[in-house]
Amino acid sequence: MAKKSIIHVTDLHKSYADFEAVKGISFEVYEGEIFGLLGPNGAGKTTTLEIMETLRLPSGGDVEVLGHSIHKNPQAIKRLVGVQLQQSGFYPSLTLSETLQLFGSLANVEINTLELLRMVELEDKARSMVKDLSGGQRQRFAIACTLVNQPKVVFLDEPSTGLDPKARRQLWDLIRKIRDTGTTVILTTHYMDEAEVLCDRVAIMDNGKIIALDSPDRLIDALVSRGYERPKQVKKATLEDVFLDLAGKEMSDETEEQSNG
Amino acid sequence: MAKPYNQLQAMFGIMRASLIASFRNPASIVFGLVFPLIFVLVFGYIGGESASFSVGIHPDSDRDNPIYQAIEQIDALTLTTDKTAEELTDDLRKGDLGAVLEIERGKQLVVHLTTSQAAPEEGQTIQTLLSGITDKINLAAANVTQPLARIEPGEVAGRKFTAIDFILPGQLGFSLLSAGIFATAFVFINLRQTLVIKRFFTTPISKFSIIFGEGLSRLLFALLQGAVLVAVGYFAFDYTLIHGISTFLQIMLLSALGLIVFMGFGFVTSSLAKDERTVAPMAQLITLPQFLLAGTFFPIDLFPDWLQPVAHILPLTYFNDAVRKVAFDGAGIASVWPEMLGLLVWGIIVYVIAIRIFKWEE
Repeated sequence: MAKKSIIHVTDLHKSYADFEAVKGISFEVYEGEIFGLLGPNGAGKTTTLEIMETLRLPSGGDVEVLGHSIHKNPQAIKRLVGVQLQQSGFYPSLTLSETLQLFGSLANVEINTLELLRMVELEDKARSMVKDLSGGQRQRFAIACTLVNQPKVVFLDEPSTGLDPKARRQLWDLIRKIRDTGTTVILTTHYMDEAEVLCDRVAIMDNGKIIALDSPDRLIDALVSRGYERPKQVKKATLEDVFLDLAGKEMSDETEEQSNG
Repeated sequence: MAKPYNQLQAMFGIMRASLIASFRNPASIVFGLVFPLIFVLVFGYIGGESASFSVGIHPDSDRDNPIYQAIEQIDALTLTTDKTAEELTDDLRKGDLGAVLEIERGKQLVVHLTTSQAAPEEGQTIQTLLSGITDKINLAAANVTQPLARIEPGEVAGRKFTAIDFILPGQLGFSLLSAGIFATAFVFINLRQTLVIKRFFTTPISKFSIIFGEGLSRLLFALLQGAVLVAVGYFAFDYTLIHGISTFLQIMLLSALGLIVFMGFGFVTSSLAKDERTVAPMAQLITLPQFLLAGTFFPIDLFPDWLQPVAHILPLTYFNDAVRKVAFDGAGIASVWPEMLGLLVWGIIVYVIAIRIFKWEE
């Protein structure tokens, strides 16, 4: 299976006044994969992502997305990608439908709001105000907003932060669904389990550098082959599994709605 | 992606979203419409009455004489005839009465006129009115049928300049000032701090389109509010639109110009304020002094000499003067070019600053 590389990051550097956030990283992203930037807070993941999204210019190095350089043709990139920022509000006082319409105008696209909302399981909230959504619903809606222009690449910055186990799994299903339609997904996360479960390939970042890049399985195999052994006996299940089993799959949105009043 | 990107479509998307949000936002309607409307209603009702002076009639005063009869005929005098001497003195001291009158019938008709330090101008005017009456009586008694001088009154036909004619332009100006400064500043600081603008930057929309989309929305909304204000003034309180529809449209044009200038102040405020809480005091600093000094409620001539030049060059003053001239004097738009020029100069100054300091992100 030929893997087509659609994003090239070459020797990327980014410095702020007194702080070097990204210290020379290079990698490629293949078409149709879910690619993860995994690392602790402050590793440089968001900075890297925002440079790829054409929100920031690097101090050095180059990024090419779908054949366009971020230096020479950022506008072309903006038309082809969808972006979910780490923390971003929505235009105030609008309903979900109206917000999608707004993004449709920004993308120069006639959209089918119900279809988009259906994809993220929010079609019954079309006329609700965005501010009345629960945390999980907001994240799903934010992803719907990235899909307005049927992008080739979707960037998600820490998409499941702050979500309960239910909502996280719902989100992961959604991300897989998006990848299955042929869209490439690049996400950042500091959740190791998320990277392991979701990503086809993972770049582990720490302190502005990539310290490893491979599929999760191969990374784990490599570790084990270096002689690593887990200190404790691996449990057959975790507490999260307990919760999921007891709580059942449909209750996620309800519990969130109840706790949000 | 064969089609080139259409900035206009993006801009109209922003305009539409902004308009929807404005209609759903109670604050913008309160400051832009309800507040000025209250002033219009209050002054509209007050304006029905003309100025009058209050005169107290002493209980011991003789009322069966030509002087008293003449006084009763004067519209400008409101007579209080049912109070005791002490009550009258008390009212006089407080300035609630301009004068107290006691007419004594003896060999002469003597008018005892007591005025008050609390209302000296009223006292003066009443005394002058009475002098006119007594002089006439004296001349008649002296059989002077051909006095040396007399007053020949005449009147020019014209519309009565009522309180509403003075007040409405200022209230319209206030509405536009609110919409231009408060609404613009709040919206942009909110969009910036909640990273909505940052999210917009991941799309091909230009900064220009964002500003224009919001600006157009603000313009439409503010003009709508202004039209409601003028309509209420016109239909409910007989506000003078001397050439009808044409005057109305000219006022709308002036309003558009005023609003664009005020929006510039809004852009500057949104960039200087640290957060939403700081916006209000800053915007008030620009709005309130103008509200008080721009001839909104009373003519600038009443201010001390040193304050007048300052008051004359405020943007709201130019606006108020232009609207009054157009609405009441029937001046065409072209003839208020000095005021429009004043507004334009302010606009240039404020937009030059805004362009330099406008913050798109924290």
